[in-house]
Amino acid sequence: MDIPRDTLLEMYRRMVRIREFELAAIDLFKRGQVKGAVHPYIGQEASGVGVCMALRGDDLIAGTHRSHGHNIAKGADPKKMMAEILGKETGYCKGRGGSMHIAAFDTGSLGALAVVGSGIPIAVGAALGFKMQGQDRVAVPFTGDAGINTGNWHEGLNMASIWDLPVVFVLENNHYGVSTNIEYSVNIKDLSIRANSYGIPGVRVDGFDVTAVYEAAVEAVERARSGKGPTLLVTESYRFEGHYAGEPEVYRDKKEVMEYRKKDPIPRFRTYLIEKKIADTGVLEGIDSDIKQQIADAVQFAKDSPQPDPSTAMDYIYV
Amino acid sequence: MFGVWLRTEKIVSEEKQGTVMGKIEKDATSLGNLKPTMSPELIVQVKEGVSVKEMSYQEAIREALREEMLRDEKVFLLGEDIGKHGGAFGVTRTLFDQFGPERVRNTPISENTIAGTATGAALVGMRPVAEIMFVDFSGLAMDQIANQAAKLRFMTGGQCRVPWVIRMPQGGGAGKSTAAQHSQSLEVWYAHIPGLKVIHPSTPYDAKGLLKAAIRDDNPVIFLEHKFLYSFRGIVPEEEYVLPIGKCDVKRAGTDVTVVASGYMVWHAMLASQMLAQEGVDVEVVDVRTISPLDEETIGNSVRRTGRAVLVAEACRSYGPTGEWAAVAMEKAFGYLQAPIVRVTGRNSPVPFADSIENGVWPDTADVESAIREVMKY
Repeated sequence: MDIPRDTLLEMYRRMVRIREFELAAIDLFKRGQVKGAVHPYIGQEASGVGVCMALRGDDLIAGTHRSHGHNIAKGADPKKMMAEILGKETGYCKGRGGSMHIAAFDTGSLGALAVVGSGIPIAVGAALGFKMQGQDRVAVPFTGDAGINTGNWHEGLNMASIWDLPVVFVLENNHYGVSTNIEYSVNIKDLSIRANSYGIPGVRVDGFDVTAVYEAAVEAVERARSGKGPTLLVTESYRFEGHYAGEPEVYRDKKEVMEYRKKDPIPRFRTYLIEKKIADTGVLEGIDSDIKQQIADAVQFAKDSPQPDPSTAMDYIYV
Repeated sequence: MFGVWLRTEKIVSEEKQGTVMGKIEKDATSLGNLKPTMSPELIVQVKEGVSVKEMSYQEAIREALREEMLRDEKVFLLGEDIGKHGGAFGVTRTLFDQFGPERVRNTPISENTIAGTATGAALVGMRPVAEIMFVDFSGLAMDQIANQAAKLRFMTGGQCRVPWVIRMPQGGGAGKSTAAQHSQSLEVWYAHIPGLKVIHPSTPYDAKGLLKAAIRDDNPVIFLEHKFLYSFRGIVPEEEYVLPIGKCDVKRAGTDVTVVASGYMVWHAMLASQMLAQEGVDVEVVDVRTISPLDEETIGNSVRRTGRAVLVAEACRSYGPTGEWAAVAMEKAFGYLQAPIVRVTGRNSPVPFADSIENGVWPDTADVESAIREVMKY
């Protein structure tokens, strides 16, 4: 597939933006300025960006507790995201949601839903709504590998398949559900074969390779948009950080992490862009430095913003 | 197989065919000693001069669905066996033929995804009305209802709304022998979750007007139908009407004692009130037809006037609705109480099968009557 230069550079921008955002979030968390928890997406950037770059602005994604990356990949504003994880009124959710519940409806993110697998039925419903209203939009629920064993998964893939709904189910295999390795949780090696149970295509792709993810996603999205039904897309990836920032990671060997870090999708994509003469080092360094500034501005904006006024604590419970 | 339990007498007469007939007739007959006492005249809600028609609670729900589907093409139904079969209790019967498989959408047995699908469709502009076959099964959908739908608007800072209704039959029918997993009253599961509205109508009039209101409401609404009431008949206006959500309804005005009840228990309260009226006891019956948000004002005002409160709910006693109502009566009317508040509730037990131990698991008219006599001693 011939991917346009602008698209490739935008992929690079979004991957770097996710990385820088997550590094800043981890830093703020360790300083005690972000409360609650931060679940970093570092290492998985190519998965979210490859998928979301294949979507239109009016397509919808549903995320998980680990969805900073999905939101940025779909085009969310890092300022409003950073303000949200600092619990500020200027955040996407006006400080009501925090890191685990960022939704950005203006860019087609209907929310990070932090109970594993729970975004699947909701995305299926959105796709049903699209179909019933004659719209050619697509819904994309992201799930980590552990989501594959939930009832949401089975029910959702089945329901979408019997009604040929426009859904691309993205399963990001980062190998761990908190501490439990996927090899323990399932009795299969290739997670995409579960698609067979629902009579839909199952595609497995290198989740460190953004162009490979993009190409697979374009095909699945096209299938969904043209009314041919859902696809399961498994991106083989890895979570470089712990389950949450500061998590002790007693369940995995540091050597394993170091091996996977060699597959880091961002340097790999840089090399690709340079080798294919899409951009030279100067252009890419320019992008890096712009994004670093953008994230620094986002942090400042978030810090300078007010928390919600206590008098508004009961807002948004009912319409 | 469940569909034969609680069909209305009208449907029984329409269905004089096939092998199930004998069973339906037998079941209907077995209710005979209870039904005549609960005559529609006990609760009259339509004013003189309004053109009316008589229909069952089940028909009222169906008519509300039909009218709203005709009014708004975004309204559609989904649930298990709701298509040609018409649902386990026949509520959606005829709607499939009228509106087709897209808008009366049969689903696999997947309660959590029925609820989640409703949420997703609602988020993109549809107005789904889902049916879960028995409230007992809704535990399977609890994440989607309580963690997702109820909280989405709040946790996204008002970016979205979730205008769905989930209809669920609940409650036991006296002598129906449906045992522990098909007989519960679980309104407090949902009333405990901010973001949800919970409705439990007691009459055909309320069922129709409140379901239409629920479908038009922009919040997720749990609509609990009482299985034993499906066959109850009542008078509803010919013309269209919609009732307010969030208000109690005074089913009978009185001055001596307030009986707070909902669902089928309203009928026991009305019957007990009618009997005690012959002895000069003037009972006010407050129907909590919206369980949540609770109309505390109407309960408080009534108890302030009467000075006595009897609270009646079919649900298990512990942490049930009557505990909440008692707290409201105390908070709003403590200085006016002339007697201790008395609760009449379901037994703290799973619902048993055998008659000998099923008897008494739910309150009946005599229990309400005796509770009223108790508070009248003060």
